Amino acid sequence: MSLLELEDVTISFGGLTAVESASFAVNPGEVFALVGPNGAGKSTIFNLVSRYCTPSGGDIRFEGKSILGCAPHDIPRLGIARTFQNIELFEHATVLQNLLIGRHTHRQSNAISEILHLPGVRSEERRHRLAAEMVIDFLDLQPYRESLIMGLPYGVRKIVELGRALAVEPMLLLLDEPASGLSAEETDEVAFWIEDIRQVMGITVLMVEHDMGLVSSVSDRVLALADGKTLAIGTPQEVQTNPAVIEAYIGLGDDGANE
Amino acid sequence: MRIVFKTSYDADLGLFVHRYQAFWYFLLLAVAVGLPFAMNDFWIGEFALMLIWAIAGMGLMLLVGHAGQPSLGHAAFMAVGAYTNVMLQTSLGWPFVVSFPLSGCAAALAGALLALPTARLHGIYLAIATLAVSVLAEDGIVMLAPWTGGVSGIFAPDIKIFGMSFNRYVNAPGFYWLTLGVAVLVVLGYRNILRSPLGRSLVAVRDSEISAQAVGVNLARTKAVSFALSCGVTGLAGALMGHFAGVFNHETFTIFLSITLLMMIVIGGLGSIHGAFLGAIVITFLPLAISFVREFLNERFGTASVMPPGIETAAFGAILIAFILLEPMGIYGRWIKIRTYFELFPFCRRDMFRRQRGYLRTERIR
Repeated sequence: MSLLELEDVTISFGGLTAVESASFAVNPGEVFALVGPNGAGKSTIFNLVSRYCTPSGGDIRFEGKSILGCAPHDIPRLGIARTFQNIELFEHATVLQNLLIGRHTHRQSNAISEILHLPGVRSEERRHRLAAEMVIDFLDLQPYRESLIMGLPYGVRKIVELGRALAVEPMLLLLDEPASGLSAEETDEVAFWIEDIRQVMGITVLMVEHDMGLVSSVSDRVLALADGKTLAIGTPQEVQTNPAVIEAYIGLGDDGANE
Repeated sequence: MRIVFKTSYDADLGLFVHRYQAFWYFLLLAVAVGLPFAMNDFWIGEFALMLIWAIAGMGLMLLVGHAGQPSLGHAAFMAVGAYTNVMLQTSLGWPFVVSFPLSGCAAALAGALLALPTARLHGIYLAIATLAVSVLAEDGIVMLAPWTGGVSGIFAPDIKIFGMSFNRYVNAPGFYWLTLGVAVLVVLGYRNILRSPLGRSLVAVRDSEISAQAVGVNLARTKAVSFALSCGVTGLAGALMGHFAGVFNHETFTIFLSITLLMMIVIGGLGSIHGAFLGAIVITFLPLAISFVREFLNERFGTASVMPPGIETAAFGAILIAFILLEPMGIYGRWIKIRTYFELFPFCRRDMFRRQRGYLRTERIR
């Protein structure tokens, strides 16, 4: 059974159909990439899965169950974590605090026991801290543990956001352009991490990415979108050589045929 | 500069960073407890008032400084606390130890009820909605005259705790110690909130609602909890304020009280418990300082009208403007800068605390 399934999902904002009957399924354990020019509807698909938007038609299923009845804050509890294209971190908090906030779905104590700081709260805090430290170790964030997000460079913020999503301990990780704005070295690191996230942590990854080098090196399957329509789906090589995809990216040649 | 060597996660979970810090805070507490032995009743009363302001400020600080929800309606919740406390004591004859916590609960309930319809409001819109609550409360007190005493006001009875009966005039130290005890308990509760998932979810809602949702924070519930806690604490301060004033009516809890509270935490420094106390010190002792200066000038020059009436309000306003322009982080922010300067001397750079430009953020999806 596929982990995430979109069936005939359509959404329009006013007269603009951002996503038109998108159907695809992400299998457990794979890295699935969405590619396409700007405005193709990739981020909209992410926002649909995170339930920030509601589709006008179709169904989205996670582990076979429709998630259209869920509120956005229920989604991480199901096991879906995400990052944002333009970083959305908690700016006035430290890196460690950001990762600990990522543990929110694992909170078991209630407000009253927390105000009294009962022993249970403390031992739970230790567990959260341990989980956050594992993420810090994995992403080499040790030098920034106590730094405020406000003062961190862009590349580090990008990684902290990945860390916060990992702290959720999801089954499915949605990465919205994980390598945008990163240097070549940092992009290579991201590729290694995605491999590790898949193989060591066993997390399925759905990502939007423009860097075709990264896409073809890490992803098993690729879905190409343009103007909300699905162009092609298949392995990175298949999609890259698909005529419709080439047309969407670089247009038709002078004689109307693909170059 | 002191380097703290942390050897366990508990080092970050304690109330104090290191034992020297603990020493200074306990010394402060000891001085605060011993204060009545060194002062006359007038000054003890002023310090009790300062603590009441600080408690109310901590209530508002939780909401504005940590949950990021501005409120101009906290005078209304002080009123709820003050009236509930007195009405339970006089009408039902309940003792202070019961009516006082219940007055906090009543204000917390009122706050949660306000949070339900306003959960979707942000920034200036929320400020205006809560402003309306402040105005409504004033009228509500007058309309509910049979219970609240309306325009003529209501008398706060003497506080009776375990057979001991006192008010701020008869037993000023007793009243002061009571407020000190409440303030210490509120500080402890506040600190516990900040080091727990609840405190972090408040920060999450303040800094980015969209990614707070992405990590599973229920916005409506978190806002309701923050309103309830904040209004509850402010209600406790209101109950103490009622006893401090002795008699109060609808004019005690006007919109100006709400504005004063907000001003207090901005001057003190948003987002810290210290800020609430520093702001309370300014709010309590600035009028005193002004009146001392006035007296001094009168004695020196014999001119009774050197300073016009209303100079306090003007001074508050001027100070607030100065802070927003020059030190948006408040007194506590300035203190941190000064401390860092000396800790790192001579390596402190001028731009150390300059805020970085925020990177482009995701368009808010509403």
